[in-house]
Amino acid sequence: WLTAASALGSSGSHSKRENIRSLTMSGHVGFESLPDQLVNRSIQQGFCFNILCVGETGIGKSTLIDTLFNTNFEDYESSHFCPNVKLKAQTYELQESNVRLKLTIVNTVGFGDQINKEESYQPIVDYIDAQFEAYLQEELKIKRSLFTYHDSRIHVCLYFISPTGHSLKTLDLLTMKNLDSKVNIIPVIAKADTVSKTELQEFKLKLMSELVSNGVQIYQFPTDDDTIAKDNAAMNGLLPFAVVGSMDEVKVGNKVVKARQYPWGVVQVENENHCDFVKLREMLICTNMEDLREQTHTRHYELYRRCKLEEMGFTDVGPENKPVSLQETYEAKRHEFHGERQRKEEEMKQMFVQRVKEKEAILKETERELQAKFEHLKRLHQEERMKLEEKRRLLEEEIIAFSKKKATSEIFHSQSFVATGSNLRKDKDRKKEPGCGFELLCVDVRTCENSGGRKDAEKGREGHSARGRP
Amino acid sequence: MDPLRRSPSPCLSSRPSSPSTPPCEMLGPVGIEAVLDQLKIKAMKMGFEFNIMVVGQSGLGKSTMVNTLFKVWKSNPPGLGVPPPQTLQLHSVTHVIEEKGVKLKLTVTDTPGFGDQINNDNCWDPILGYINEQYEQYLQEELLITRQRHIPDTRVHCCVYFVPPTGHCLRPLDIEFLQRLCQTVNVVPVIARADSLTMEEREAFRRRIQQNLRTHCINVYPQMCFDEDINDRILNSKLRDRIPFAVVGADQEHLVNGRCVLGRKTNWGIIEVENMAHCEFPLLRDLLIRSHLQDLKDITHNVHYENYRVIRLNESHLLPRGPGWVNLAPASPGQLTTPRPFKVCRGAHDDSDDEF
Repeated sequence: WLTAASALGSSGSHSKRENIRSLTMSGHVGFESLPDQLVNRSIQQGFCFNILCVGETGIGKSTLIDTLFNTNFEDYESSHFCPNVKLKAQTYELQESNVRLKLTIVNTVGFGDQINKEESYQPIVDYIDAQFEAYLQEELKIKRSLFTYHDSRIHVCLYFISPTGHSLKTLDLLTMKNLDSKVNIIPVIAKADTVSKTELQEFKLKLMSELVSNGVQIYQFPTDDDTIAKDNAAMNGLLPFAVVGSMDEVKVGNKVVKARQYPWGVVQVENENHCDFVKLREMLICTNMEDLREQTHTRHYELYRRCKLEEMGFTDVGPENKPVSLQETYEAKRHEFHGERQRKEEEMKQMFVQRVKEKEAILKETERELQAKFEHLKRLHQEERMKLEEKRRLLEEEIIAFSKKKATSEIFHSQSFVATGSNLRKDKDRKKEPGCGFELLCVDVRTCENSGGRKDAEKGREGHSARGRP
Repeated sequence: MDPLRRSPSPCLSSRPSSPSTPPCEMLGPVGIEAVLDQLKIKAMKMGFEFNIMVVGQSGLGKSTMVNTLFKVWKSNPPGLGVPPPQTLQLHSVTHVIEEKGVKLKLTVTDTPGFGDQINNDNCWDPILGYINEQYEQYLQEELLITRQRHIPDTRVHCCVYFVPPTGHCLRPLDIEFLQRLCQTVNVVPVIARADSLTMEEREAFRRRIQQNLRTHCINVYPQMCFDEDINDRILNSKLRDRIPFAVVGADQEHLVNGRCVLGRKTNWGIIEVENMAHCEFPLLRDLLIRSHLQDLKDITHNVHYENYRVIRLNESHLLPRGPGWVNLAPASPGQLTTPRPFKVCRGAHDDSDDEF
């Protein structure tokens, strides 16, 4: 307060608040209508109530809810063959006179059906946490709308205990132990019409002592307000309630009541001698609904919130024991994450640059190699070409030389032809043919050189034709 | 929680859908109605809180009005013989009063010195600062990890602004102040010392003031945009027609026709405070206490406080980042005292990325 006062502008000052004292008024002011104003507002807004039913398949959860709210909610039976526990939530709108209630029933499907039940309670815990988380997210938003938010947090968990008559099952203990810090648990003994009165007493005592000895905290009806303290205290002693649910109507005497008909008698649901159904309805709905909601919000939700925020690293008190605001911590984290992200970005950039460089180097190397190869090939090519040019030149020279010789030999030949005649005609023809005519002629006059020349001439021709190709 | 222990998608519907829920017919009484009684019991046990601020020049009868409203007589009559203070002061007094089992913790913040100086520039700053300070306190409490069960509510729920009975129209000071304050808090303007105006003068003055308010887009309580349904609108329209109320305050009782009434005794008659023919004090009292108190608190909590929260939380992102640490000292009043006129509405508010 004093620090806040010093933060005021220079032109004003603020005096510390005087001690709060009670004053009596000397007339009627009229604010006794305040509770009514509050109630009117709540009526306008509507109420919200969420019940979680945990119990084995077929134990009577849906029937009990139907009976509690006097409505037929849903029809079909659940299967016993689910591989793991699932939670099914359904919301209904109920209205009684001017009170609108948005009721959500969450059922555990497949609870206790698996062969290995170690993980059975986990989906339930997860579901409850998920609802808290959703509310926390909404609360932490900058632009939030809490007054129109559909509150889905579980307000009460009805835990259905099988009427074995002996004690709690291990699964029950384990589940309740994991749920008691997250939700208000009200254990009920289901299908209580299978337990006789005396057995019931002992059963209840046994159950309660087991719960106490295992440290399971179940919901206690509040006893701080005088008007309801007495009733609540009495009810606390009757926990767990032994209930029977039924929507079937049976005529008893001249009344029609909800009951279960057996050959040996009729179990009336609303008869307090037969079962504790009426007490359950009384406690759950008529007397303590608001307290259940409040406990959920102020105790269970706050616990969740505190744990979650501490887990994320927020604290109220800093290292030097100075108060740290949520915002500062949040900003610190943001800063940290920002720095972290920048660092990572930098790192990635570096890595990228590095890789690019490497790749570039490799590519350059390859390019160089290719270039070298090309050069080499070109050189080879060039050499080949030169060689072939040389050969061609030689061949051409030889061709010229040969043509000369041919010319001279033709002169000789024509001179001798005049002498010899037709034989040589064949030779002339043969001369025209490539190759063989020369061969005969050339063998006569010259031996090795001409045969070499012939071969070269052939090669030359081939080479020539080869060279002729582009 | 260890992620390995999480079972795969346990919920067929992870959150129950809220719209389009089938209405169910109940076959008989269940007892849901009893929750209203439960609420009442809880409320009576916890008690109520109400914070009211009175603003106006000295001599307009603010303190007397508060006394008349809550019928609490202080030992020393206010203001007599005490010269107006040189600078604006804010003076808060808290009392707990009880009526028929209902406990009300009432805090009245007085502002002596408002508009009394020669130069009244920015005289609204300390007031806005005080209001924002209360919001800040609440916000800080709300942001703690380990919160209190019930955060003490010191936010100003209603500001009653006293308009001097000039008979003409709103003065520049009034307009400036109202413009600024209407965006942060519920303001109810009243015509003070209305016994100096005749009935006709009152009506004319009232119409002119209403026109002034419309011209300058000043949205006083009850704001039209928050009317929830047709009943609200009808009720509030009637009120809006009569705002500003012409009020007279008195803390002395006189004998009139054998009855003991609160009133002001003059040579020409006795002005009865609670007589509707004489002044509109009963309307003010009913509005503030008997019918709209909860509504005032709701609008403060759901609208004004949320607006403040949005601005405040967004601010922190825009604070300059230096090489050292981000300084998140609580906002000084100067920073948040002059908001631009923006529409205050119950729904989403999208003004937050303007220049702050």
